Amino acid sequence: MTRILARWVGLVFLLLGTPAHSSDEYILLQSTTSTQNSGLYEFLLPHFEDVYGVKVKVVAVGTGQALYNGSRCNGDIVIVHSPADEREFVKAGYGIDPHNLMYNRFVIVGPSSDPAGIGKIETLQEAFVKLSKGLAPFISRGDDSGTHKKELSLWAKYEISPTGDWYYEVGSGMGATLNITVGLEGYTITDLGTWLSFANKSNHVILYENGSEMFNQYGIIMVNPDHCPNVNSEPAREFLNWMVSPMGQQLIAQYKIDGKQLFYPNASPKMYK
Amino acid sequence: MNTLTEAFLQSFQLMITLDETLVEVVLLSLSVTFKAVSLACLIGLPLGTALAVLKFPGQKTLVVLFNSFMGLPPVVVGLVVYLILSANGPLGPLGLLYTPTAMIIAQTILVTPIIVAHSRQIIVLLAEEYDETLRSMQASRMDIMGTLLWDSRFSLFTTVLAGLGRAFSEVGAVMIVGGNINHFTRIMTTAIALQTSRGDLALALGLGIILLVLTISINALAYGLKTTWEKHSYA
Repeated sequence: MTRILARWVGLVFLLLGTPAHSSDEYILLQSTTSTQNSGLYEFLLPHFEDVYGVKVKVVAVGTGQALYNGSRCNGDIVIVHSPADEREFVKAGYGIDPHNLMYNRFVIVGPSSDPAGIGKIETLQEAFVKLSKGLAPFISRGDDSGTHKKELSLWAKYEISPTGDWYYEVGSGMGATLNITVGLEGYTITDLGTWLSFANKSNHVILYENGSEMFNQYGIIMVNPDHCPNVNSEPAREFLNWMVSPMGQQLIAQYKIDGKQLFYPNASPKMYK
Repeated sequence: MNTLTEAFLQSFQLMITLDETLVEVVLLSLSVTFKAVSLACLIGLPLGTALAVLKFPGQKTLVVLFNSFMGLPPVVVGLVVYLILSANGPLGPLGLLYTPTAMIIAQTILVTPIIVAHSRQIIVLLAEEYDETLRSMQASRMDIMGTLLWDSRFSLFTTVLAGLGRAFSEVGAVMIVGGNINHFTRIMTTAIALQTSRGDLALALGLGIILLVLTISINALAYGLKTTWEKHSYA
């Protein structure tokens, strides 16, 4: 009760005075949404900020937009999950020092009644063939994100062209896409982190989660200071080094929701030929 | 418990305990909105008055343009401001992208046409009424505009409130230029969008209820101020 009272008093003072703006040093992290939506940064970043005295500001967008923002020099570092695009980003001279950071997997979620019968399926190919029968809506991100690219690569791999009134391209983030999927009693593909932290699951469950094809690798890349002289490269490098260090990696492994680990650390430098 | 009940409970709990994050987000929302609307009034009221009083070539075109710009899509405004403030954009060196200032700029662009169009409409009507008097006094154009603006001050209240409403509830533009950065550029509307994408619909709706309560409080306050002021000026 006294604490609540103190806050009200504090608010009055805050309104009377001018709010003090801290001019702390910071870096700007352009990130995919899943890492933010899962709550990983809220858990992880204070550990870094306390030791290095550098704030990390997170802008969470899809992988495509994160890389685009980075290429326009609006950010010091990126964390994304689309290996092919990361390679292109580095090759084009926008990024340096790319590293694998951590991984988890993609899963197919759908209604527990499972009208398309995905739950009893052995291989991912069979699952995609079943989904393309159109017995229930399939909701596609359609936004150039890492998850969207993954989904498209799987349709392509199994030589299925996903068209028809069952295929919804919603052009939205993972969370919005999941909300639509639940609303339409449909199926979608999502990264495990977003799914575990998603609160509006309704009657939807994971129906397929096996196989090496569902591997979801996250990468961390510094924005190239030669391309973008405005970047805060010193603290950005400190942050990258810390994330791939045993300390950062251990903390990533420690982050859990409902006792389930969301991300598995596997830091290593990436070499592009 | 259904989502609606939960939303009401959550919003009450957040408001009564003055949840720290909530206070921070609300204060930033208010600050960005009031600054943007003040700027928009500084630009829009003189412009609206001028468009009502002065006759010049292209005046009608300007009127049509400002009327149309009331419907500017926020996302497009956000994108344009993003490109201009982008590090390698024309105003990149100022380092304003992903700051509250960028959000104020975007909202000012969205609100100014509302102020211009509404104030012009109000002042055109008053100008007709005052026409003979002002002409017989041989008042200068500046004086005419000043008088009209001052005498329509009570009607212009609604204009300003319309601007406040647009800015306070806007999400598309501020999301792009502010980046929804925790503790820095997160405001009520972007927080609601974030909680929706996290699937926490009760919290999202709870924040929406708080936003509505704030809007009603601001409007009630404005109405109270207006009536008191009116009473005093005509007493």
